[in-house]
Amino acid sequence: MFSLKQNSWFIRKVVIWRAVASIAWSVLLLPVTTAVFVLLSRFSLFHPIQWISVVPSIPCSRMALLGTVLHPRQCVHSLVYCTMGMLVMWCASVTIGGRYSTLGTPCRQSESGEVVTCLNEYHLFLLLAGAFMGYSHSFLGVVQNMYYVSFQPIQQYKYPRFKGCLPMVVKCSVIQALYSARNFAALYFFFGYVPKTWISSTLNLQIDSSLQPLDSLTGLLDFSLLYHLSISGAFLYLTWYLTVLLFRIYVTEAYSFPVQSTFTEDAEQCLPKVLAEKNTLVMKFLALQDLALLSQHSLSRRLEVFNLSQPGGHPHNWNAISGECLCLLSELTQRLVAHQDAVASNGRVKSQSASSDTRSASSSSSVVSGTEDIAETPRLSVPLRTPGSVFKSSVGGANRVLTAPFTPDVDSPFSSPAIRRLVGQQDPHSPWSGTVQSPHIMRRGPKLWSASTESQSNGSPPGSPATVPSPPAASQKPSFLAQWLQNRREQVKSFLAKRVLIMYLFNKLPEASSQALFADSQAHIWALQGLSHLVAASFSEDQFGVVQTTLPNILSCLVVLLEAVDRHFKLPHASSKPVRTLCSMGDSTYKTLRFALRAALKTAIYKITTTFGEHLNAVNISTEHRKRLQQFLEFKE
Amino acid sequence: MCSLGVFPAPVTAAQTLFERNNELLSALHPGEHSQACDLPSPQFTRDTLKGHSRPESSSRSVFLDQRDTLWMRSAGAWRDAGLYGLLDEITNSAEEVPRFLAVGSACVLALLRWASSFHGSLFPHLTLSSDEMVAEFSQMLDWSDSALRSFAWHPHTDKFAVALLDDSIKIYKSNSSPTPTLKHRCQRSVCALQWKPLCGSALAVACQSCLLIWHVDPASLSTRPSSGCAQVLSHPGHSPITSIAWSPTGSLLVSASPVDTSMMVWDVAAESAVPLQRVGGGGVTYLSWSPDGSRLLAATPSALFRVWETRMWTCERWPCLKGSCQSACWSPDGGCLLLSMQGERVIYALTFSDLTGGPKAASVVADLSETTFPGPDGDLTVGGEVCSLSWDPRGERLAVLLKGDSQADNHPSVIAVFKTRSSPVFELLPCGFVMGEAGAEPRFMQFHPHFQHGALLTVCWSDGRISHVPFYFSSAGLLGGDSPQQALASNTTNPSSNKLYTEQIS
Repeated sequence: MFSLKQNSWFIRKVVIWRAVASIAWSVLLLPVTTAVFVLLSRFSLFHPIQWISVVPSIPCSRMALLGTVLHPRQCVHSLVYCTMGMLVMWCASVTIGGRYSTLGTPCRQSESGEVVTCLNEYHLFLLLAGAFMGYSHSFLGVVQNMYYVSFQPIQQYKYPRFKGCLPMVVKCSVIQALYSARNFAALYFFFGYVPKTWISSTLNLQIDSSLQPLDSLTGLLDFSLLYHLSISGAFLYLTWYLTVLLFRIYVTEAYSFPVQSTFTEDAEQCLPKVLAEKNTLVMKFLALQDLALLSQHSLSRRLEVFNLSQPGGHPHNWNAISGECLCLLSELTQRLVAHQDAVASNGRVKSQSASSDTRSASSSSSVVSGTEDIAETPRLSVPLRTPGSVFKSSVGGANRVLTAPFTPDVDSPFSSPAIRRLVGQQDPHSPWSGTVQSPHIMRRGPKLWSASTESQSNGSPPGSPATVPSPPAASQKPSFLAQWLQNRREQVKSFLAKRVLIMYLFNKLPEASSQALFADSQAHIWALQGLSHLVAASFSEDQFGVVQTTLPNILSCLVVLLEAVDRHFKLPHASSKPVRTLCSMGDSTYKTLRFALRAALKTAIYKITTTFGEHLNAVNISTEHRKRLQQFLEFKE
Repeated sequence: MCSLGVFPAPVTAAQTLFERNNELLSALHPGEHSQACDLPSPQFTRDTLKGHSRPESSSRSVFLDQRDTLWMRSAGAWRDAGLYGLLDEITNSAEEVPRFLAVGSACVLALLRWASSFHGSLFPHLTLSSDEMVAEFSQMLDWSDSALRSFAWHPHTDKFAVALLDDSIKIYKSNSSPTPTLKHRCQRSVCALQWKPLCGSALAVACQSCLLIWHVDPASLSTRPSSGCAQVLSHPGHSPITSIAWSPTGSLLVSASPVDTSMMVWDVAAESAVPLQRVGGGGVTYLSWSPDGSRLLAATPSALFRVWETRMWTCERWPCLKGSCQSACWSPDGGCLLLSMQGERVIYALTFSDLTGGPKAASVVADLSETTFPGPDGDLTVGGEVCSLSWDPRGERLAVLLKGDSQADNHPSVIAVFKTRSSPVFELLPCGFVMGEAGAEPRFMQFHPHFQHGALLTVCWSDGRISHVPFYFSSAGLLGGDSPQQALASNTTNPSSNKLYTEQIS
C-alpha cells in the first residue's frame, strides 16, 4: 500500500486544493453569469466535479463508441446531467416567470366552463429541453473527449489564461445552445406528444385545448419561446463549460517538485520518485512537465539533478530521472513495434487466407512467416501490447473497462485468427515492460507460435504459445465435427460481414488505432524535451560527468524510437491529418499527438547532436545508430 | 555615441567585397578577388518573374455566372467576404429583395463602415489594404516593388530560402544540388521566412492569408515539392501575417498580424495555437526572439512595443516617444536589445541584466542623421531612418540598413556596419559602408548564422541580386568562454576508460 500512501499525499495536498480552488472560483463566478442571464431574460446549482483524465479514451470502432456511450457509468452520468439540466431549466422557467412559471395552470374547460388545472406545456417544454441538453452535454462529453485535459504548449498564469479562453467558452456555449434548441425542437415536434400525454395522465392534468399545442409547426414557431429556450440553454451550457474550463486550468497548472530533499520522509515527494509513479497519472504528467520546464529554465535545479549523493557520491538523481524517461520511451518503442507487426501480419494472413481454398486456421497461420518488405528477419514474437492493455497498467477505472474489449486491430470479429490468438496472450507484465531493448535484438527472436486452432483463441486466454504444447497441424488430423463447426463459423462470419450495419459498427475507424497508440504521448514529449535539454546542458554544467555514462543509452534509445516512429508513419492512415473542429469545448489535440511526438523526437536528437557536434563520434554506440546520427549532424533529416 | 560622421567615406564606384584587417575592400582594389565563399549568388529580375496581376476576388466576376439566384450569390458573398460581403450583396441587388431588407442592410453597412473608420482613426494602419500593410511592415525595403520578397538563412547549414515576386520560394544550397521551388495555392504576398531551428527541413512562411510550414526533405532531389509537403496554419482574423519567429529550441512558432491584437503561439506539429492577446497597440507587426529564448519582442503599429518573457508569458509595455518600433535585434547572449523607431534617426539599446529587474529606460547608442561625404562625382548623402537591424551571431558586427531619399538622386539607401564591443561598456564603433554595384541599393540583409572566419553579411539588392560580404576578423572574447566546455567535452573521447562512477540505476 506504499503507492496508495504516495497518492494520498498528492491528492491530499495538491489535487484537493486545486479542485477546491476551481470549485470556489466557479462558484464565485456564478453571480456574474447569473447577472448576465437575468439581464437577458432573468440560478445555477452545485454540480459534482467531473474527474477529468489526462489520457483520452479513444474508441477504435463505432461499436466501441456505442459501448462507451451505453456503459452503465456513462448512463448514470447522463442521468445526473439530465436531472441537473431539468433543475436548472426549472429555475430558469421560474425566474423568467410569466407563462413559464408552473407546470399546472388553471384553465376553463370549454364545455362545462368550470375551472380545472391544466398542463402548462411551455413549462414542460423547457424542462424537457433541460433534460435533453443535459443528455447531449453528457453524450458530447464522451464523443468529443471533453473530459480529456490537454496541457498547453506554453505556461501562463491562471487569470490571463481564463481571460483568454472566456470568449471561446461563451461562443461555444451559445453555438451549442442553438444547435441543441434546434435539435430539441425537431425532437419535440415528432415525439412531444409522448411525454405530454404521460405527464398529463399521471398527474391528472387536463390538456387545454384552447391553446395551440407545441408539437405542431405553428406552436413551435413561437419566437419568444425559442428565444427563451436558447438563452436558458446558453446559460446552462455556460455554467457547465466554465466548470470544465476552470478545472482544466487548475489541473494543468505547473507544479514544482523538489529534485532532492534533505529529509528522508519527503523523499517520496521528490521528482525521481514521483516520475516512477504508475497509478496517479496526473501526478506523473505534472512531474514530467516539471522536468521539461526545469531542464529548460532553471539552472539551479539542473545542477541538483547532476549532483552526487552526499554519502557515497552516486548520481542517484540523474540515474533515476534518466532511467525513468528511457523506460517510458522504450515502452513506446515496443508498443509501436508490436503494433506494426500486428498490422503487417494482419494484412498478410488475410490475403493468404483469401487465396488459399482451405479455410482451416492451422494452414493459414502456419504460413505466416512469409516475406514482407520490412521483414528480412523472421517475425518477432512480441506479445501484442495493444493500447488497451498498455493503459491497463496506467489508467484506472472506466478507461480500462471501456477500451480493453475494443482494442484496435483485434476489435472486430473478422480479424485474422493469428491476431486473435495473439490477444489471448497479452499481458501487462510482459517481459518487455521496463527493459531497454532495441527491436533489432527483438526481431532476432524466432517465431514461436506455429499452429493454432480457432477455439483456443476465442476461449479463455491460454498461456504463452511457447509453453502450450500444440501439436503441429500436419500431424494432427482435425475431427470431422471440428471441421464442420469451423466451416459453419466461417460462414456465419462471412454472412455477417456482408451486412452493412454490422460492418459499419465493427469496422475500425481509420485513424483511431494510430491515435490510441499515441494517446499518452504528451508524457513522452516531455520526457524527450527533459532528457535532451538536460543532456545538452550537461555539456557545460555537468561537473562530475554523470551524464556521460548514460549518453550511449540515451542516444540509442532515441534512434530506436525514431526508427519505430518512422515505420509507424508509413502505415496507412498514420500520416493523415485529422479534420479540425472549429468550435467545440472538446479538446482535439490528442488527435495530433503523434505528429507532435515525431517533431519533439527529431528536435530532441538535433538538440543533442548540435550541442555535442563531433564529440559524438567518441560515444560508444553501434554503427547503424552512428550512421543515423551522422544524418542529424549533417542536417539531413 | 557613434555617429555617421566618423565613418570612412563610402566608395561609390564599386561593390564592396569583404573586410580584412579592419578595412572594407571593394572591387576597385587590384588583385583582390572574392575568394571567400562558394555560396550561390543568384540574381532575379522583375521581367522574368511575373507577379499576380490582380487579386483573386476581382477576377471572380469574369467567370461567375451573374444570373445566379440571390440566395446563391448571398451564400457566396458570405463565404468569401463574411458579413460585409453579404450586406454589400444585398444592398447591390436592391431590385430583387424586399425594400426594407435592402434599406436595412444599407444602413447596417453604413453603420459598420462608420464604426470601422472610427476604429481606423484610432489605428490608422487598419485602413490599409492587405498588400499595403505587408509592404509597410515588412523588413524588406520597398517590398512591393522588389523582385525579392524575403530571404532567410538556415540556422545550421549553408542553405537559404528566397521568396520571389511571383510568390514562389527557391531554396539554394552551397553545393550544386538542385534548387527546389516551392509553390502553393495559399502562398501569396510572402512577407517573412524563417527556418525552424534544430531541424533540417521545416521552413515557416508568412503569407497573406495563412501561415505555411514547408517540409522540404534535404535528401530529396525533387525540384518541385508537392503542396502536400506544406502544412497550412490559419486562424480566423489572423491575416495578413507580417512576422514570424521560431523559439530557439524549435518547439514553438509565434506569428503576428497587424490587424490582430493577439499573437499566436503555435505548436506547429499539433497544429494548435494559443492566442496571447493584448489590446493596446492595435496589432503586432514585428517579432524577434532573443537567441537564448528567454524573451520575445513584439512591436505594434502604434508607438508601443512589448517585451514578453517566455517562461510565464507575461509582458512589459514600452511606450515610445514618436513612432512605432520598426526593427530590432538581440545580442547573441540575449542581454541587449537594439531598436529603431519610425521617424527617428537613432538606435536605442535596452540592457536586460538579470531576470527580475529589467531596464528602466532605453539609451541612445548611435546617431544616424544625414551626413554628406564628398566624392569624386559629387557629394553623397547617407543616413536616415533605419529599416532593419542585424547583429552577427558572434556579436561583433552590427549592420544597419538606412533608408535613403528616393527624391534626391545622391541620397541612396546604404548599409552601415558597426563594430560592437560589450565590455567594459556597450559601444558601437564605425566599420564602414557596404556598397553595391553602381545603381543598386540594398533592400534586405541578414548575417550568416555560423560563418567560420568572422561574419558573413548577405545582402539582397534592388537589381535582384543576392551577394555575400564576408568580414574576416578574429573573435575577441566570446569564443574564450567555450574553452572549458571543449576541455570538458574532450573527456568524453574515451568513455570506456573514463567511467568514474558506477552506474546505479535504481
